[in-house]
Amino acid sequence: MFAVEEFTGEVVVYSSWFYDNVWLIPALPAASFLIILLFGKRLPYKGAEVGITAVLAAFGLALLTTFTWIADIETDGGAESHSEEAMAASGPELAVEAEDGKEGLKFSRGAPVINEVEWFGIGTDANRVTLGAEEGAAAADGDADDHGEGFGGGFSIPIGTLVDGQSVMLLFVVTFISSLVHIYSTDYVHGDRRFTHYYAFLSLFTASMLFMVLSSSTIQLIVGWELVGVCSFALIGHWWEEKPNSDAALKAFLTNRVGDIGLLVGMTILYFAAGRTFSIPEINEAAVAGDIGQGTLLISSLCLMAAVMSKSGQFILHTWLPDAMAGPTPVSALIHAATMVVAGVYLIGRLYPVFYEGFGIAGGSINAMAFIGGLTTVGGGLLAFVQRDIKKVLAYSTVSQLGYMVLALGVGAYTAGMFHLFTHAFFKACLFLGAGSVSHACHHSFDMKADMGGLRTYMPKTFWTFIIGTAALAGIPPLAGFWSKDEILVGTGAFPGTDGNGTFTIPFIFGLITAALTAAYMTRCVWLTFFGEYRGHAHPHESGPRITVPLIILAVMAVWVGFLNMPTAFVESVGLGSGWAHKFEDWVEPEGVATFVGGANGFTHAKPSLLLAIVATGLGLAAGLIVWRYYTALYAKDPKATEYSDGLASRNSLAAAGHRVLEQKYYLDHLYTDVVAGGTKGPLARAAYWFNQNVLDGVVNAAGYVSTLVGRFVYRYIDQGVVDRAVNVSGQSASESGRFLRRIQTGQVREYASLMFGAAAVLAAVFIFAF
Amino acid sequence: MFLNQFLLLAAALFCIGVYGVLARRNGVLVLMSIELILNSVNINLVAFGAYHGDVSGQVFALFIIGVAAAEVGVGLAIVLLIYRNRRSIDVAEANLLKG
Amino acid sequence: MQDFLDNWGITVMVFAPLVGVVAMMLLPEREEETHKLIALVASVASAIVGLLLLVNFDYDRSGVMQFARTDTWISVVNADYSIGLDGMSLPLVALTLLVTPLVIIYSWNHIPSPGNAKAFLMLMLVLHTGMLGTFVARDLVLFFVFFEVVLLPMYFMIGVWGGEQRLYAAIKFFLYTLFGSALMLVSFLALYWSTGSQTFSITGLAELVADGDVARNTQLLIFGGMFLGFGIKVPMFPFHTWLPDAHTQAPTQGSVILAAVLLKLGTYGFIRIAIPILPEAAVSWAPWIGLLAVIGIIYGALGCLAQTDMKRLIAFSSVAHMGYVMLGIATLTDFGINAAIFGMVAHGLITGMLFFIAGSVKERYHTLEIARLGGLLVQAPRMGWILGITTMASLGLPGLAGFWGEFPAILAAYQPAPGLSEELFRVYMVIAAIGTVLAAAYLLWLLQRTAFGTPSEEFEDDPHIHDTVFTEWVAWTPMLILIVVLGFVPSLIFDVTNEPASMVGEVIAALG
Repeated sequence: MFAVEEFTGEVVVYSSWFYDNVWLIPALPAASFLIILLFGKRLPYKGAEVGITAVLAAFGLALLTTFTWIADIETDGGAESHSEEAMAASGPELAVEAEDGKEGLKFSRGAPVINEVEWFGIGTDANRVTLGAEEGAAAADGDADDHGEGFGGGFSIPIGTLVDGQSVMLLFVVTFISSLVHIYSTDYVHGDRRFTHYYAFLSLFTASMLFMVLSSSTIQLIVGWELVGVCSFALIGHWWEEKPNSDAALKAFLTNRVGDIGLLVGMTILYFAAGRTFSIPEINEAAVAGDIGQGTLLISSLCLMAAVMSKSGQFILHTWLPDAMAGPTPVSALIHAATMVVAGVYLIGRLYPVFYEGFGIAGGSINAMAFIGGLTTVGGGLLAFVQRDIKKVLAYSTVSQLGYMVLALGVGAYTAGMFHLFTHAFFKACLFLGAGSVSHACHHSFDMKADMGGLRTYMPKTFWTFIIGTAALAGIPPLAGFWSKDEILVGTGAFPGTDGNGTFTIPFIFGLITAALTAAYMTRCVWLTFFGEYRGHAHPHESGPRITVPLIILAVMAVWVGFLNMPTAFVESVGLGSGWAHKFEDWVEPEGVATFVGGANGFTHAKPSLLLAIVATGLGLAAGLIVWRYYTALYAKDPKATEYSDGLASRNSLAAAGHRVLEQKYYLDHLYTDVVAGGTKGPLARAAYWFNQNVLDGVVNAAGYVSTLVGRFVYRYIDQGVVDRAVNVSGQSASESGRFLRRIQTGQVREYASLMFGAAAVLAAVFIFAF
Repeated sequence: MFLNQFLLLAAALFCIGVYGVLARRNGVLVLMSIELILNSVNINLVAFGAYHGDVSGQVFALFIIGVAAAEVGVGLAIVLLIYRNRRSIDVAEANLLKG
Repeated sequence: MQDFLDNWGITVMVFAPLVGVVAMMLLPEREEETHKLIALVASVASAIVGLLLLVNFDYDRSGVMQFARTDTWISVVNADYSIGLDGMSLPLVALTLLVTPLVIIYSWNHIPSPGNAKAFLMLMLVLHTGMLGTFVARDLVLFFVFFEVVLLPMYFMIGVWGGEQRLYAAIKFFLYTLFGSALMLVSFLALYWSTGSQTFSITGLAELVADGDVARNTQLLIFGGMFLGFGIKVPMFPFHTWLPDAHTQAPTQGSVILAAVLLKLGTYGFIRIAIPILPEAAVSWAPWIGLLAVIGIIYGALGCLAQTDMKRLIAFSSVAHMGYVMLGIATLTDFGINAAIFGMVAHGLITGMLFFIAGSVKERYHTLEIARLGGLLVQAPRMGWILGITTMASLGLPGLAGFWGEFPAILAAYQPAPGLSEELFRVYMVIAAIGTVLAAAYLLWLLQRTAFGTPSEEFEDDPHIHDTVFTEWVAWTPMLILIVVLGFVPSLIFDVTNEPASMVGEVIAALG
């Protein structure tokens, strides 16, 4: 574990109006959600104007916050304190004894700025008045031995904001892309049956995402996590009249719920293990300081990994993400490419010390996170090959790239993972919005093979931005994807001379394969969409400015954001000052114990390798060229063809089998839909219900039936036979005598009177003669 | 003693009344017969009162006259209602009390 | 005023509905509107007194019985008329005070066939008194009487105004619960005699038991009796089978009251009576309670997945949700008990709401068969939205009330009270967490099949199908608002329940 006590030095905590009032950023879209929900339909632009205003205001604030953060770091001279040597020197001065005598996370710069208030508490001592302090304390102390931090200590749930490099980076990304998507959507979903609802949910999503990004406690993170899930559910199922859409929405939500088991359990374990705290910095601190056992950390990391797998579309819980393309395209760009799906990656980053220690990343060669990431990145890349639907290609590409980020974090390349998250958001959003623009032109079809082809002449702006996005994604230098992807490959430490955190050979190979795959499937996608001859029946045309302007902005971003994190060696070799290097790393990477920089077990930054960059780029270019050749040859044979009729898959049985496996998406959907969901809903649920109706209820009914039988027996033979018989006999005799006597009662008053007089006469006679 | 005459008269009236009640089918005549019975009792009371030199017999007789008036009023009302419902005042037909 | 509240407040609140019942008795049946008005006034009067109590409640001393009053009642058996309000009963009393007037408002134009508003509303008011009385009683005999008072009106409500198989359901409900309460009564009596026949007061008995007056085995048996009595009412697996039938057959109002308040009588009994009086026995029983609770969670969810009838599905979901409440209770920690009380209130609001919606759907479509429904969002968009929000709340979405009953219960299971096996409860925790997935599955499935899609041909042009009406809005809005508000400000309840819950928790902790 990292030797915290060696550090002495200063804790630098920045302060600024923007940090203290950062809660305004999620509050603005949240307010906009309420306004749109209440008044949206009555507004002239059906609520879109409210959403756009709010998100632009939030973007403005986020931008100012970002600038303040960067300025603060730059004033501290973060750049020079960064390099390995400088860190080694300044490292020992990083920490001080905190005021409460507890070891704390110490930062030379860029400490998280936390503003929180207690949301509510249960069983906190402050709330106890009547019980008597001694009694409560005694009870708490008495069993402290058996039960760790003390039973009845209560818990307090804070709500607040945590501003550090990572959250600032996401604030920027989310508000930026959300603003563009809001604007883009005014054209794209124009005239939709639920235009207002659409904007309401976009606002709600933006608010929840920002709420999650800023969370200072795990419980706030869970709340935000679930809220973005619901927004995703609502937006995927935006056109819920059609069953496939609502099916996709359900699938997304349920798959995420599966991961949420891990989230809930993992967070619970961490809460207790870190000494009853929900605070993210405190949990990290406990993980770093070795207060939590390795086993506990591993279990909680694995649990949280399940959550990451579902949210960030990692194998084997990725199947919902391609289906989520049933939602409107801008939603896919915002939620299912740039922001929400990276929540898992963000979670790993937030609790990085937990994962780092839990998986024992330092000095390792493989671990669960790196392996899952690697598997996802290759598996997703392969699947992107067999799609006809342009959005599905991009969706699988997103799966693959998310795998890349997880892989990066799994090998200890924190900054590389975060940087890839950052760059990916721009070029993938660009590609998705481009795909939306294409389908806008082709009668809302996404089928590349049937309805596209040769579109480059009809829609040049879309074409060029799409090409830039593709090149960035494929890692063609000097576009954004190149820098981040290269950094991840370097970070695995498997390439000679890179000195990573360990030697992660298998993830490295996965990464290289993906570099080739990405270029190949994107070339296929570009060819099928923009080259060849137009195969559809619409009249394609370029989209309007509200669609193309966001595309151009994103393409520009995709070009330059990679320069934010250039290696020192490169910067120096092209003649720029070393101040240009590692900007992203300086701004985003939390400095200090939290990320173990320079520590004995801490993660190191691998050394970049020119050779590796050349190899990876070469692989990508070669793969792209092969695909290009394939399609140009095909085009020469038949301008409208999209595949060879006698391709490899039809000649070689092994290839055919492989193709089928890919077409069936590794049969995972069958497994989930038919076996897991079908099994639970079908046989298992029916069995449980059968048990309920026949066994449990059977017992109840049998008890009822038997008591009825007993009752009937008692009734028939005892009650009716003996007891009632006696009653009946007396009754019968009464009624028989009555029947006899009623004959006298003729109803003739005169007869009664004569009887009366007769009787009176007899009585008189008796009186007279007897006495 | 002149008491016996009165008693014999009363007994005769009573017997006529009883006969009338039992034998007559006309409701009005039955009521009249009841009046006869009551008056025979009145005669007895007045006779005994005079015989004992006591006015209470006469007071009782007055009460009975009053009650008889009320009774005949009610009785005639019943007869009238029966007539309305059945178009007949034949008491033999009114056998609603039959068990 | 303060004097009046201290001495008479609770009594007036509990018996105000009975005044309404007497008034209604004197009026002929045909004056329906007057009956509705009287019922509403009576329940609102009770709510207003309750509100005054809530306002004057000393929240800093929520662990102490307030507005308490004890009078000799049946001196032969030392049973007292002893009532009071503390942080444990306050949320449930508030819930009852809220739900009954809303149900009466809903009844304004939803009197179920065969009509007769007079009898229906009179039963409702009697029910109201019974429920309130159970929550404020501090004496076991008084508790038992109120507990049983609740039974009869519900029996008639199901038996007279219910669905097609109402008689079967009503009798099953009645006998099953009566069976439980018979055992419970035996337990009460056993407790009374084994502690020396001095008192039926809950706190008094707890002290006597704590002094060691009762042998351990006797305690275990007595707890067992109470467990059956309360467990059937909750209902816990495997004593739940009366519930789906009762819910399915009951009229909407009956289902709402049943789900919102009646089920809580059982769980309330656990935390008010069984555990505080017999903490040692509770520790021995807790693993079994926990086991049945988590079985209930999974089992109830699976039962839901197999349903084809909307109302029956919601009924089964109660089994699952009450499983979380019981899991919280089984941990025997302040944490868990807090979560349990929150869970009770949240479940009351959410499931009550779901039954309201089911009733309104039934009224419009004349069927609740899920396969025949669909497209509610098209035909009645507002109702569809309300259904959406409520299902989201029910599946435990953070930001809505359901989450704070569910997550803290799971959290509490990680570290149960001393004396309980941590490993066992951690297994329970994981099972309970898996239950959340199943909950999402059946609820979303319900939402998809009823609200999404397009209406089937059968109902496409049905003129009866209209959106929410005025009385529905009036009855539903407060519940919806509370679902959201409690989701964001859970301290509204936790602050109140905290102290009594920690007192229970500390009694248990003192044993370990």
